[in-house]
Amino acid sequence: MTARTSPPGKPLTDRIRPEHPPYALADYERHGGFQGLRAALKMGPQDVTGLVKSAGLRGRGGAGFPTGVKWGLVPMGPDAPKQKYIVANGDEMEPGTFKDRLLLEGDPLQFIEGITIGGYAIGASVGYVFLRAEYVEAAAALRKAIKECYARGLLGRNILGSGFDFDLYLHTSAGRYICGEETALISSLEGKRAIPRAKPPFPATAGLFGKPTVVNNIETLCNVPHIVHYGADWFHGLAKSKDGGTKLYGASGKLRRPGAWELPMGTTAREILEEHAGGMRAGLALRGFLPGGASTDFLTAEHLDVPMDFDSVAKAGSRMGTGTMIVLDDQTDLIGLLRNLEMFFARESCGWCTPCRDGLPWTEKILAGLEAGQGRPEDLEILRQQTRLLGPGRTFCAHAPGAMEPLQSAMKHFREDFEKAAAGRRVQVAESAGSAS
Amino acid sequence: MTANRNPQPATVVIDGKAYTVDARRNLLEVALELGYDLPYFCWHPAMGSVGACRQCAVTQFRDENDTQGRVVMACMTPCADKTRVSIAHADAAEMRQSVIELLMTNHPHDCPVCEEGGQCHLQDMTQMTGQVYRRYRYRKRTHVNQDLGPFVGHEMNRCIACYRCVRFYREYAGGDDLNVFGAHHYVYFGRAADGTLESPFSGNLAEVCPTGVFTDKTYGDSYTRKWDLQQAPSVCHHCALGCNTMPGERYGRIKRIENRYHGALNGYFLCDRGRYGYQHVNEAGRPRQPLLRSGPGGVPHTLPADEAIATLADWIGRGRVLGVGSPRASLEANHALRALIGDAAFHRGTGAAESRLDDLALDILTRGPARIASVRDVEQADAVLVLGEDLVATGARLALAVRQSVRQAAFAAADAANIPRWQDHSVRLVAQDLKSPLFVLTPNADWLDEVARASYRGAPQDLVRLAQEIVHLLDYTQSRAPELDDDAIHLAHTIAEALRAAERPLIVSGTSCGSAALLHEAANLCTALAKGGRGPSIALLPRACNSLGAALLGGADLDAALARIDAGEADTLIVLENDLFRSIPAPRLEAALARLKHCVVLDAIATPTTAAADLLLPAGSFAEADGTLVNYEGRAQRYFQVFVPQDAEIRESWRWLQRTAQRLRRDNGSEALGEGLDDLTAACAASDARLAAIVDAAPSARFRIAGSRIPRQPHRYSGRTAMYAHRDIHEPRPPQDADSPLAFSMEGTRVGAPPSEIPIFWHPRWNSVQSVTKFQQEINGPLRGGDPGVRLIEPGTGGAYYDRPAYRAPQPLECVWIYELFGSEELSVRGPAIASRVPAPYLALNPETAAQLGLAEGARLQLEADGQHWQAALRLAEALPAGLAGVPRGLPGVPAIAAGAMLRIDGVSA
Repeated sequence: MTARTSPPGKPLTDRIRPEHPPYALADYERHGGFQGLRAALKMGPQDVTGLVKSAGLRGRGGAGFPTGVKWGLVPMGPDAPKQKYIVANGDEMEPGTFKDRLLLEGDPLQFIEGITIGGYAIGASVGYVFLRAEYVEAAAALRKAIKECYARGLLGRNILGSGFDFDLYLHTSAGRYICGEETALISSLEGKRAIPRAKPPFPATAGLFGKPTVVNNIETLCNVPHIVHYGADWFHGLAKSKDGGTKLYGASGKLRRPGAWELPMGTTAREILEEHAGGMRAGLALRGFLPGGASTDFLTAEHLDVPMDFDSVAKAGSRMGTGTMIVLDDQTDLIGLLRNLEMFFARESCGWCTPCRDGLPWTEKILAGLEAGQGRPEDLEILRQQTRLLGPGRTFCAHAPGAMEPLQSAMKHFREDFEKAAAGRRVQVAESAGSAS
Repeated sequence: MTANRNPQPATVVIDGKAYTVDARRNLLEVALELGYDLPYFCWHPAMGSVGACRQCAVTQFRDENDTQGRVVMACMTPCADKTRVSIAHADAAEMRQSVIELLMTNHPHDCPVCEEGGQCHLQDMTQMTGQVYRRYRYRKRTHVNQDLGPFVGHEMNRCIACYRCVRFYREYAGGDDLNVFGAHHYVYFGRAADGTLESPFSGNLAEVCPTGVFTDKTYGDSYTRKWDLQQAPSVCHHCALGCNTMPGERYGRIKRIENRYHGALNGYFLCDRGRYGYQHVNEAGRPRQPLLRSGPGGVPHTLPADEAIATLADWIGRGRVLGVGSPRASLEANHALRALIGDAAFHRGTGAAESRLDDLALDILTRGPARIASVRDVEQADAVLVLGEDLVATGARLALAVRQSVRQAAFAAADAANIPRWQDHSVRLVAQDLKSPLFVLTPNADWLDEVARASYRGAPQDLVRLAQEIVHLLDYTQSRAPELDDDAIHLAHTIAEALRAAERPLIVSGTSCGSAALLHEAANLCTALAKGGRGPSIALLPRACNSLGAALLGGADLDAALARIDAGEADTLIVLENDLFRSIPAPRLEAALARLKHCVVLDAIATPTTAAADLLLPAGSFAEADGTLVNYEGRAQRYFQVFVPQDAEIRESWRWLQRTAQRLRRDNGSEALGEGLDDLTAACAASDARLAAIVDAAPSARFRIAGSRIPRQPHRYSGRTAMYAHRDIHEPRPPQDADSPLAFSMEGTRVGAPPSEIPIFWHPRWNSVQSVTKFQQEINGPLRGGDPGVRLIEPGTGGAYYDRPAYRAPQPLECVWIYELFGSEELSVRGPAIASRVPAPYLALNPETAAQLGLAEGARLQLEADGQHWQAALRLAEALPAGLAGVPRGLPGVPAIAAGAMLRIDGVSA
């Protein structure tokens, strides 16, 4: 059990061996595991938070909120509530996203070490992993790893003799995309309907069971042991941009080698798509891409050199999101792709607020009509209106605004597809006049 | 819910106009109060904001230089100082219209066949946003509807998913058999399976639902549009709370009861007994013509009204007359009887035991030191002790208020966390399971147990004992209770501490246990709390809607009347709106009645007493009469005649008696009782200083608004000239109302009607019950002009402790009364809807006791008590203390027995 002397360049995936089961605890420790936790337990909790803050770690779930700042919002000290919680958001249901799955299936102990440090930093004695229903292999790996940690005193009471108690529970979801929204996740974890909550109060002051709670993405927490072990400067040094660290980027679509790769934060989309994913399949050209999963705005070929970090992608007019790209080629029907996405978003609406619950199904039906050649010119006006009315601030949470991002950007960048679809209908209108009620 | 004790002034600018408002409120409330028509769905004044429907969009600006603004939901936006918003701004207006368009994508547009049509908040809001054209051209989602029992209809296709139903049913009223199922646009509001809604407050769904998903089934079964209903302000007759109601009539039938907002009493909600108890008015078999029995054992025959009056006058003129009043008849009716036959001959309508309890309750309220708690006060109490009352069965609306009181701790936690009280789900999130102390001390399991900090079960004398211990702990000068076990002593400490620590402690008790000692201890608790510097409140529930009024009128009791009959003092007995068989064991009563020459009964319902009448005068029910009732808090309230029945000689009881007095005056020059209601009210008020204020309960019949009467019919009332065309093609002259400022007409004006005289809540563009906000001084506050009614009792400063009888342990099979919301009250059980919910006669026993007696659940028992025999099925009641016999009071098939009577089980059949 010797600490590695040279820090890894790809810390998150360093111990992941494709096609092999994850390291058991002894091997994990032999490869540098639990050095971060050991170091953290020697620091004051607020110092851990300070370190994560100075490392510039930003949330990897999509919003990019600085993790250290989030932890710093939790009340600390003698007057703070005794019971606090840290929750890992493993409800990875964003279409096109599969990075957390890789981390949990490949190296569950790294995650456990991360969430334990997080719990220590905010003074939480209980952690929950909220895991996507379909991630059965990840669940099995986690269960095994949690058991090992308990057996070795790395979870439970008085961890490593530090006096810090931390229990970790795995909760497998019943399968709703909205559980990725942190307050809906908390509602679900409490056994209630997965409906987002009004903010304020924010989870940091009143979260799970009304107690201070931090919800972090799996990938975010996996970065934490390395930051504590190797320091903030090292973490900054990994990145090509001002957001620290590496990022698990992914790419799907009609590429030669779709997949996920750990690369320096700020790697360009071109490098990811052309070098790592091997470019488009033969005979296909890239028309656009959703940079951070299904709920982000389309970028086009002209944006390929944008560095994939939170600020740069935002400046280009989209969101970095989960950093897992969906690529649109020149022979895939855009309307069909959008219809498919909106069907997903409509189905996954929790049903709480009107624009989302009733607006998304209408959007889906219009797109289905356009796809089937039954569009009407006024459909485009309705769609444009929907993108506005289901936008930020109009709905209770970010679900519908996210669903509108691919649609609104597609209408901007690929207007001709819509006009063609709407016009195609015009001929057939006269033939089948009259509409459903 | 939003108790604004210390308003924090803030300036908000709405569409360029500056207003000073309370910073702790939300923009929607404030905008509505200021008279703006801002559409909404999910917000409810009693339930606060949750931000679900997104209907109340307004544009908010950062400052005066911001011209773009951003759309926010008014219901979720606090009125922080310098808030600038626009309701008219194009973005907000477009948003509001679009939300309606989205809601309508799945709405069936079936207004012509929907019960809600014409009184539908969804229709109103749709009109208000200007959404008139349908662009959605795809299939609508559809649902299967459920049979939710006799009270509530269900048509899920109309649902706009505002979540109000489940928020009311579950979060506000504590029900758990209605829920939301499914997700996205398939969310379904209903039960897991078809079946009767279990909540005692299920009928409120019809008013809480902004469209026609949940409707009043009894109304739908015999439907009339709201605009065709003739309505009058009324007061519920089915318990002592005095909830305000709005009955609606068409074609001589009461079609439904709607809630009539009262800021201090029922607020926005009624219980199901109050809402559905009206059907006795429409009962086919009720007395409609005067009946005279010629000779003993003769067959009653109808006779004209004036002959009936002459007969009664003749009998009275012969002397030897006694009269029995009623706690369910108005003050005026009781007073008329008393004035007609003289004070000495008048007896109040309750037996000796109940009269004593009512007098005692009145004495406690009058003596003080406790403030008399309105229903609103109960909601705001921060520690509550319920002593002996199964509130959900004896005063259900009060139980709902007690359920709200436990949220006081949650509001305090929200205040500390800087979360506005109206932000409902955030308050619940912060509070979690935090509840203000509530203690329920009753003989049997109680609806409030699940929100109580602790419950205690015992015979009434055991409840008295525990209360005595609490009094002792609050004031050591008072003696300890005898022989309490350690658990009870520990509980007494817990309760005493909670009451002492509270700012607004409340004691709730009543007469339902039949125990004077219990009322004594309720009063003693208040005295002890007051001595300790706490300002206690008290709520004491008598049995009937005018029990306190009857107590204020006074008079000897019913047992005394029977004794006088036994003594041969009377030839004629006049019984006013009272079924004596419910108070007096049948053998005793029948023996007394047999000694009379003439038994005269005035009633609106057919009872064993009316069956024994020699002369029966059909009395008006609450719907065909005006009068004044005094509720549990000593508030005199007037209710008004809704309609004049056709083809029936139904008169207000007091009018029969007034006419008889006029006849007597003609015959022998005796004193008349004046003409009309006002004269009687004035005479009643003059009879006792405590009743002096009843004339102020509502304006007199001479009241006019700019020379006009207040119409009972909406201005859109249709079919006026055709309704009775099958009888006579000439339009009948509308009945004239000499007793109130209301008119049986659509002519006149309702604008500016005093709060006690509002027959319909309606406001331009607001056709649904949501229009009530237009009638309030502020949201959740009193009606403009003050809440109806006038308090007759102001508590004094208190006095000595009431004495306590020596403790007597309950005997084996000693009877304790059990109450049923549906079954224990005599008027409501007569309608088919409620009758279908009334249990068959039963006897409740603790399983241990049943086992000792070798009895199994459901066993058919022959029972005897107080010389009466009846049959009942055995019901096992875990919570009922061993040894006690739980007898459902007033249930059809269960005879009148005294509290504490000894039960005998005569036989068992399988």
